[in-house]
Amino acid sequence: MTALQDRTRTRAAHKAQARLNPYLVIAAGAVVVVALTYMLPPFRTYQLATVGAYLCVTAGLTVLTGLNGQLSLGHGALMATGAYTLALWQNKFNLLLPGILVAIVVTTAVGAVIGLAAARLRGPYLAGLTLAVAVVVPSITSTFDETFNSDQGLSVILNPPPDSMTVEQWQAWVCWGGALLTVLALALLTRGRFGRDMRAVRDDETAARLAGVSVARTQVLAFVVSAACAGLAGALFAVIAQSVSPGAFPLTLSLFLLMAIVIGGLGRLSGALIGAVLLVALPAVAHEIGEAAGSQRLEGNLALTFFGVVLVVVMLAAPGGLASLRIPFKKKGH
Amino acid sequence: MDRFLFLTFDGLSRGAVYAAFALALVLIWRAARIVNFAQGAMAVATAYVAYSVADATGSYWIGFLVAVVAGLLLGAGVERVVMRFVDHSSPLNGVVVALGLVLIIQGVLGMIYGNEFRPAAAPFSRDAFEIGGVALLSRYDLFVFGAVGAVVVLLTLLFTRTPTGLRMRAAAFAPDVSRLLGVPVGGMLTLGWALAAAVGSLAGMLVIPTELGLHPTAMDIVFISAFTAAVLGGLDSPIGAVLGGLIVGLLLSYISGYLGATVAPMAVLALLVVVLLSRPDGLFARSKARTA
Amino acid sequence: MSALLEVEGLTAGYGAAPVLHDVSLTVQPGEIVAVLGANGAGKSTLLRALSGLLPIQKGRISLEDRDLTKIKVEHLVRHGIAHVPEGRGVVTELTVEENLRLGGLWRKPQPSLEPIYELFPRLAERRTNEGHQLSGGERQMLAIGRALAAQPRLLLLDEPSLGLAPKVTAQIMALLRDLRDRTGLAVLLVEQNVRSALSVADQGIVLSLGRIVTRHDAATLVDDAELRHAYLGF
Repeated sequence: MTALQDRTRTRAAHKAQARLNPYLVIAAGAVVVVALTYMLPPFRTYQLATVGAYLCVTAGLTVLTGLNGQLSLGHGALMATGAYTLALWQNKFNLLLPGILVAIVVTTAVGAVIGLAAARLRGPYLAGLTLAVAVVVPSITSTFDETFNSDQGLSVILNPPPDSMTVEQWQAWVCWGGALLTVLALALLTRGRFGRDMRAVRDDETAARLAGVSVARTQVLAFVVSAACAGLAGALFAVIAQSVSPGAFPLTLSLFLLMAIVIGGLGRLSGALIGAVLLVALPAVAHEIGEAAGSQRLEGNLALTFFGVVLVVVMLAAPGGLASLRIPFKKKGH
Repeated sequence: MDRFLFLTFDGLSRGAVYAAFALALVLIWRAARIVNFAQGAMAVATAYVAYSVADATGSYWIGFLVAVVAGLLLGAGVERVVMRFVDHSSPLNGVVVALGLVLIIQGVLGMIYGNEFRPAAAPFSRDAFEIGGVALLSRYDLFVFGAVGAVVVLLTLLFTRTPTGLRMRAAAFAPDVSRLLGVPVGGMLTLGWALAAAVGSLAGMLVIPTELGLHPTAMDIVFISAFTAAVLGGLDSPIGAVLGGLIVGLLLSYISGYLGATVAPMAVLALLVVVLLSRPDGLFARSKARTA
Repeated sequence: MSALLEVEGLTAGYGAAPVLHDVSLTVQPGEIVAVLGANGAGKSTLLRALSGLLPIQKGRISLEDRDLTKIKVEHLVRHGIAHVPEGRGVVTELTVEENLRLGGLWRKPQPSLEPIYELFPRLAERRTNEGHQLSGGERQMLAIGRALAAQPRLLLLDEPSLGLAPKVTAQIMALLRDLRDRTGLAVLLVEQNVRSALSVADQGIVLSLGRIVTRHDAATLVDDAELRHAYLGF
């Protein structure tokens, strides 16, 4: 079977998920996050918020690639779509919750267009198309610079948080609210018929077709769902950063997301969490190394190199991701 | 009309570079069934090396030579050290590994050289000289045509006239049978990667002085254009890659010229979508579905 | 006279379950040995193991006392063994001429293709056609011609009659005999088509479930009704 999408592994993961009640997991997650926001210092709380925002998109991607077998390098661009939508909305109406919904809707629509094309493509062709999306979309900000203000980007008007909490706490609550809802929605979605269809399509398109699964519809739907997740993540990033610019959504962002889901182990929502944590933790570590060495050049680039090495090594050593390395240990315990 | 002529020659010059770069992608696709998404980053890496050497020696041409040789070595190294060990049961694996290489190369370049744009000198004037009162071509354009033309001719001779070329083709089409006939298939694969990377480096050296400047991500958009060209040509066909490159170059030149340069990236994306959806086997490919 | 090919106790196959068990055989110079047996008996596996396409778990292969057990596939042809694989292995994207040149490419200087074209005039006519344009019989001729371009001493031939008209099969068998007589070429011939294989072979080996069950002169196998019934089913 294809190494990226090992059946037995996801089946085992699926069983493990089935034993957990997703509502309970989400409730527990919410309690943990709220507790953390009162325990952590502001900067850590801010990082926690970032993990939440990343989790939205990695969870969506892990469903798309791990369960459905489609590889997208365009989700950084989809995040940009969500972020810019929210920025434009906020600067006009300043209503956050509807704004986030609008960002999701707009990104979903864009994702549907890409997904329609993607459903007809496979392997390197799909990768190439989505790569093109990731490279080209940020440049649109220069094409329509009256709206998007080119490389400078836009600032995002936001109301101050309630008096009882700090900005960081509020950001963490908003981001994790979004993340937990995303995970819940995806968990419910993937255990039902849609999840079965996706796995069937991934494992054998012909067999799936013979079993009456509409391959194209399943693929487009998977893409649309993951695009919605990316839109939410983008909107949340705009909230955290209080600004949007094309520089925040480079091709490398899409590649980082890819790394996150590959390392986390494709097709597992828990893997998406591992990936999201790494996306925040690795650059932070690289930042500290860079500061210690007194080199600005080192900072960002060290993280880049780090991610690249991890991606290559994981793909050569364990194409199922880190989560796949963990499973044998568990089995020994039984 | 003058403007149209100018844009046509400009487009052919750009297109020649895309053609060379697309040719590099096709070479590896034919040899290994991998689209080398790291091709752009690899070309940038060798260009950095080349300009360092050119600065140190004071000679652009030594730098140019170094770029091509560095491309050969980098290509061979990537195949021997990394790509050879990729599990090819899913086409995604090779793609993901290549993208990992992109991150590594861009990160390392940034650490060594920084992330600022560096000016990259061209060996010839880029001012177009006038023919019959119309500014058409620069010396640099002629250099580009000459270099890409030489690459195409040399590759054609290599593949059609030499035993090594025959071995490379056979190894790509039928590895097991070729082995039985005494062809060192692994070596041919390494050679294919080395040649492709060298051609990619050459294309990078040609395009970086024109508009991009030297930057770790400078080739990203060139990669997209060349990928579009290669897909347009059918991904399996070297001739298709060259024609595809010229077509993409012309289209982008007209679009930049008449609609503005900032529209060009979107035009590439639109073209790629149209090609993938309407001519999934490319304009010139013989057959095979787009599912590999 | 020492044997050309000597195989002792060969066990080979995929992973834990070997397909071949303890196979020993010899081929003398200028001898045509037919390997017979039902589908799945391990006939093609034997050839694939001999040429290194399949990992060998136990045993020894030698050619004129030179140990070839651990040889790399691509070096095989240098020792005088040419393998025409199942399905012929014509490189369909290359022309007839290129396929033939490929066969002799490892030799320096490269041999002339004229003797091959004399042997197969049909191939000379189709010189510039690509492999996919050829008929099944032409492909078989091309595959054999390409193997001969390497000027081997031993030809491993896998199911040459597969999908060919009886007349074409007969031509190919006659050609093998002719080559043997003129050049001393030894052939290890895997065949499903027992009658045509035994019509040219000197020796017949019968494989069953990966083991050699009997080995006799071809004439004996054909004439002895009991043997025929027991091992060949006709």
